[in-house]
Amino acid sequence: MLAAIRPDEQSFALLLHLVGATIAFGGLLACATSLLLAHGEARLLRLGYFSLLLVTLPGWILMRLAGQWLFDQQNWSDLPSNLNDPAWLKIGFIVADWGGVLFLVSLVVGGIGVRRLQNGTGSSATLLRSTMAISLILAVAYAVAVWAMTGKPT
Amino acid sequence: MTFEDWIFALHVTMAALLVGSLVMSWIVVVSLLTTDTPGTTLSLHRVKLVATGATVIGLLGTISLGIWTAILRIDFHPWDGWVIAAYVLWGIATILLVRSFTEFDKSAQKARSLIASSETGPSAELVALNRTSTGLLLRALASLAIVLIVIDMIWKPGH
Repeated sequence: MLAAIRPDEQSFALLLHLVGATIAFGGLLACATSLLLAHGEARLLRLGYFSLLLVTLPGWILMRLAGQWLFDQQNWSDLPSNLNDPAWLKIGFIVADWGGVLFLVSLVVGGIGVRRLQNGTGSSATLLRSTMAISLILAVAYAVAVWAMTGKPT
Repeated sequence: MTFEDWIFALHVTMAALLVGSLVMSWIVVVSLLTTDTPGTTLSLHRVKLVATGATVIGLLGTISLGIWTAILRIDFHPWDGWVIAAYVLWGIATILLVRSFTEFDKSAQKARSLIASSETGPSAELVALNRTSTGLLLRALASLAIVLIVIDMIWKPGH
């Protein structure tokens, strides 16, 4: 509903927010699928990790910054505390911020895994499997966030 | 949430799946540019197959739930100019994507035939198919059409 009454000045911030979110989502899907189908194949393992690093990370930064810009433009922080924290907004912040922390953990874990893979030292399988699991969780969380931020459940 | 809100939320979720799967297939397409062996080509095509499946679900889900949303909502109609523009762009994107799927499938077919004849090393012919300029152009134009749909949906020109 908010989209229908949104002033035009906010449209560009919304576009950037959506572009960032879908880039991040696409990177997560690529990461999870590549790592799931890799079966130990180095090329797909690296593709999975670098999708996260080179696609999801910039997408996540763009999504978060544009989201904050939109939040400020809509003056959410000026509203009384009983009005400024609807469920859909809370879901969006949880997925972006706590999901962001989880995402950074997966980047570090996956980075160690890929490094071990390149150097041939130690096992990288468990580390990259953890990265895949986190990517899957985050992809589902992003889908829930999209649903919540458009349906705006109370 | 009303029934209308549910349909709209699912429409946007399908749109996110569509754009996300396009980003995913772009990652694979870029990766194919530096691929010269049939084994790796087929591995990347396995990932691309998942992206293609998600794109098809996204395309069908977006258009059907989008039309349903336009019928349910009282503030706009399925025959509004910006909605018709979205149908046209969706049609263009679908045709271009189907053609690009066919174009990129040629390298998978070549890789399979090379493996069948026990040629597992680098192949110049395979590199050319992996770098298909027709496929890349079709995909770029389809992506542009999808971006224009997103812009059309946000600004709703004429509404």
